[in-house]
Amino acid sequence: MSASALSVRNMVVAFDDFLALDDVSIDVREGESFGIVGESGSGKSTLLRAIAGLNSFESGSLTVAGTSYRGQTRSKDFYRTVQMVFQDPYGSLHPRQTVDRLLLEPLAIHGFTDVDVRIARALDEVGLGSGFRFRYSHQLSGGQRQRIAIARALILEPKILLLDEPTSALDASIQAEILNLLEQARKDRGLTFVMVSHDLGVISHMCERLTVMRKGKVVETVSVDALENRAFSEDYTRALLVASEGFRRD
Amino acid sequence: MSKLLTVDDLRVSFPTRTGQVDAVRGVSFTLGKERLGIVGESGSGKSQTGRAIMGLTPGHAKISAKTLAFDGIDLLSASASQRRALRGKRVAMILQDPKYSLNPVMTIGRQIIETLRTHENVSMKEGRARALAMLEAVQIRDPERVFDLYPHEVSGGMGQRVMIAMMLVCGPELLIADEPTSALDVTVQLEVLAILDKLVSERGMGLIFISHDLRLVSSFCDRVIVMYGGRVVEELPSANLAEAKHPYTQGLLNCLPTIGTHRHPLPVLERKPEWAL
Repeated sequence: MSASALSVRNMVVAFDDFLALDDVSIDVREGESFGIVGESGSGKSTLLRAIAGLNSFESGSLTVAGTSYRGQTRSKDFYRTVQMVFQDPYGSLHPRQTVDRLLLEPLAIHGFTDVDVRIARALDEVGLGSGFRFRYSHQLSGGQRQRIAIARALILEPKILLLDEPTSALDASIQAEILNLLEQARKDRGLTFVMVSHDLGVISHMCERLTVMRKGKVVETVSVDALENRAFSEDYTRALLVASEGFRRD
Repeated sequence: MSKLLTVDDLRVSFPTRTGQVDAVRGVSFTLGKERLGIVGESGSGKSQTGRAIMGLTPGHAKISAKTLAFDGIDLLSASASQRRALRGKRVAMILQDPKYSLNPVMTIGRQIIETLRTHENVSMKEGRARALAMLEAVQIRDPERVFDLYPHEVSGGMGQRVMIAMMLVCGPELLIADEPTSALDVTVQLEVLAILDKLVSERGMGLIFISHDLRLVSSFCDRVIVMYGGRVVEELPSANLAEAKHPYTQGLLNCLPTIGTHRHPLPVLERKPEWAL
């Protein structure tokens, strides 16, 4: 069994009186692709945001690559290891910065010097040519924007990628392209994925294990093989599975 | 068989700074009392087709058709007041996101009664009774309570049921549903679809179901029209979806990841320029 890449123990996140995460624990192994599914309000995005330091957490522990973190403070090293891709490609890119500027920012923060080469390589890797380098995000389609967001995350050569519904705002055919791109990147760089989605089909395609969440709690954690063989124990997981098979008239 | 709706060579175009954009380019179909699905990606013209039938095309757009007729009424030459009388009463439309399509400063009950009183001469008391009955028909458990709530006080699934109730309260003959469940959670989606399905079949309405999800549409509708670049590329009965001939339809079907199949990488659509000709 390979080493743990990321471990969350008994994490609690509260917004005033509301418990968004209630005693959640997950373990993600190095090189693994780990899925989190659940309906809106289940806490799946809050969990990713708490890991990334975008929300603070009240109690519990977070360990990433052997270092533990608390609250909302994250070191620079943390962001060299962990990067995040957000759901809405329209909202996650600065509207008044060119692609070049967007990709330059993480490099500048972390003190890279060979920026030109890196930006060109990053664009190339996500299937966009250098022709896109000096465009603004409003000149790009949704799929192209998501590619830029992925390039921005990968440009720092992280080990772990947090993916928050990376394809749910995209058309089905564009979704397939982005999923293929992510899989290729993972294969090439040996990345660890933590992927959040409400679509069980996407999670079972991309991941090896998954956690089902509901109302801020973990319902269960199963392997995708077990899911396919219906070897799970919770009714809620079954309900999600039935829902993902589409509408049926009885 | 008399046709409820006839669309022949419908064209919708928008003048822009960089020239004319043709959103819909010659769409033709007829609809009886059946469920028709229109499928396509963003920008395929599926929503603009629905909006043109409803009469919601923006004023600066150019719209033309050989025939665009609802139950013998020529919609293009109909006056604004004639169309207003049709809209909401005989033709209704469910929009994608209840958060944006319900009036935020009006209670749910008042909005439903407003629709009713626009088209029928009913008293407030009767309106209230009919609105409550309709809320019950969309399986809202406590209609009395929901009646006095504002749209922000209900969940997305509940909001979408309210919208269905509001659209069906006048008993329309044609219902256009534009992505009615895309903004909802997967588990809630099925509930809302089941309610819609039941009401449509009980009341014998014609339904146009617009969606980007080919599988969902095919499981819900009798017949499917696939649109690409403003045109219909294929029309086929839902049952024969597996025999789709057009590479675009096949591509749409294949590119979805499903549980239990392992295809790495996923097949992607290779768009051919001749499809858009």
